[in-house]
Amino acid sequence: MTFNTVRLDYRIIYKIIEPGSRVLDLGCGSGDLIYFLAKEKNAKVQGIELSEEAIYRCVEKGLSVFHSDIDSGLIEYPDKCFDYVILNQSMQEVKKVDFVISEALRVGKKVIVGFPNFAYWSARFRLFLKGKAPVTVSLPYRWYNTPNLHFLSTSDFKDFCRTKNIKVLDAYYLGKKGLIRFWPNLFALNVVFVITQPAGTNI
Amino acid sequence: MEEKKTKENSIGVVETKYFTFAQPPNELLLDGGHKLGPITLAYETYGELNQDKTNAILICHALSGDAHAAGYHQGDKEPGWWDSMIGPGKAFDTTKYFVVCSNCLGGCKGSTGPSSINPINSKPYALDFPILTIGDMVDAQRHLIDHLGIKKLLSVVGGSMGGMQVLQWVASYPDRVKCAIPIATAAKHSPQQIAFDEVGRQAVMADPDWHKGDYYGHSQPEKGLAVARMIGHITYMSDQSMEEKFSRRLKEKNYSFKFTSDFEVEGYLRYRGDNFVKRFDANSYLYITKAMDYFDLSGDKLIPIGKKIETRFLVIAFQSDWLYPLYQSQDIVRQLKIRHADATYCEIKSTYGHDAFLLEIAEETHLIKHFLDKTFLGYNVKRI
Repeated sequence: MTFNTVRLDYRIIYKIIEPGSRVLDLGCGSGDLIYFLAKEKNAKVQGIELSEEAIYRCVEKGLSVFHSDIDSGLIEYPDKCFDYVILNQSMQEVKKVDFVISEALRVGKKVIVGFPNFAYWSARFRLFLKGKAPVTVSLPYRWYNTPNLHFLSTSDFKDFCRTKNIKVLDAYYLGKKGLIRFWPNLFALNVVFVITQPAGTNI
Repeated sequence: MEEKKTKENSIGVVETKYFTFAQPPNELLLDGGHKLGPITLAYETYGELNQDKTNAILICHALSGDAHAAGYHQGDKEPGWWDSMIGPGKAFDTTKYFVVCSNCLGGCKGSTGPSSINPINSKPYALDFPILTIGDMVDAQRHLIDHLGIKKLLSVVGGSMGGMQVLQWVASYPDRVKCAIPIATAAKHSPQQIAFDEVGRQAVMADPDWHKGDYYGHSQPEKGLAVARMIGHITYMSDQSMEEKFSRRLKEKNYSFKFTSDFEVEGYLRYRGDNFVKRFDANSYLYITKAMDYFDLSGDKLIPIGKKIETRFLVIAFQSDWLYPLYQSQDIVRQLKIRHADATYCEIKSTYGHDAFLLEIAEETHLIKHFLDKTFLGYNVKRI
């Protein structure tokens, strides 16, 4: 597996994380991302995942994972015990988004949030002109089988951070093949935010 | 075909061995303050200990188990109690690992227990046998592991009471366990678990044949022990597994309108109870359940505050297990996380209830095989 064949969002996250960081991946799936970070960035990794099948895949890779939902919080972790907490493509599937993000910000010095952008141009097109719920590359599901509970755009997330007093350190806008520079809320399929909140300023 | 495959993967004929230690005046000091010795432990080993002695796995059995975990005793048709997990190519691969299983202290399958002869009066101990704890059982095992020349175990593994011993090993000898696999267990017995044990004990003690434990040489309190076992079996299954296994099926065509066992489930429980009394000592049942009830490594008792632990954990629980519910395994995992121990936790989907740890072989094998291999051969990823 060469670097360029790795998923674009993984490559972005790889670049964000400093070597040797302590990383917690919330909703780590089969562990591909943290395995990649552990092998290539010497990161010390841990995952939390809800799917039993995915847990098996993680154990095959030698990863340490916990079979649990992330909605119940991270009470056993002390404040700021991770350099990074990752919520990549899992935030939109949790029930209590603000609680999960506040917990991630509490235990992680920085939090990486990746999610599909609902305001992508073709999503707008489908909704506005066809009058149908959006189906895009990053939002491939139909209304009746989507695991997503929350639909948001890059602008929505920025608003959220502003109202919750969360500092946005970086934002990466992902297109089909690379990063998007112009009008990201219209042209980004996925977004990766790096956010932080100093200890003691809970949302 | 199926049988051939089983035989091929079997470790074949095995023998139980015995190790005696704690000869007076060097008796084992027990948690209850008593001294006990000499002590014999029955044990079996499978596979070969490597030159560095780094491939040893200790298997800890549950309440009614014994040292015969795998393979066949000469002339037996049934293999050991965890044969599906131990053998060439299995979860505990005997071509790679040296597997040890011993009958617990207080047991009745070759290890010193209440049915053993008390050297003081040359009679069975009966109730003169001191009350034990899980910690005492593990201390006795530690003498066996010393005797085998093993400084550090690659893994300590066990389900139910075996899982308690796994946790106790980590609490007592953290530097001697490279990885720990507690399955379907708890860091402490809950009031519900204590209650079921107490009902079982009361059933034994209410049997007139019990004679305050002094029944050796006569028949043992079979009725009481069978009832205790029947209660046990109900708690090992789930509502769904009982529905699937028995439903309301009758043994005969119609109701008998008598107090005989009409339903298949009644016949099953009676059969299980009657079989159990043939192979298990009633007093051992009392002592071992008491040890389980005393078990409490909750909170910081498992890993003391400030202690850094190198042991890796794989904690396994089963979704329909209501005797050792998921929250108890989650409590163990929570303690491990708080203490920054390297841990993996999996809840296996199963309808078998507590019995699942003896039945969900494919899932357990998958997890354990990879976990052991990565621990034994070294990891290629860093963990927290």
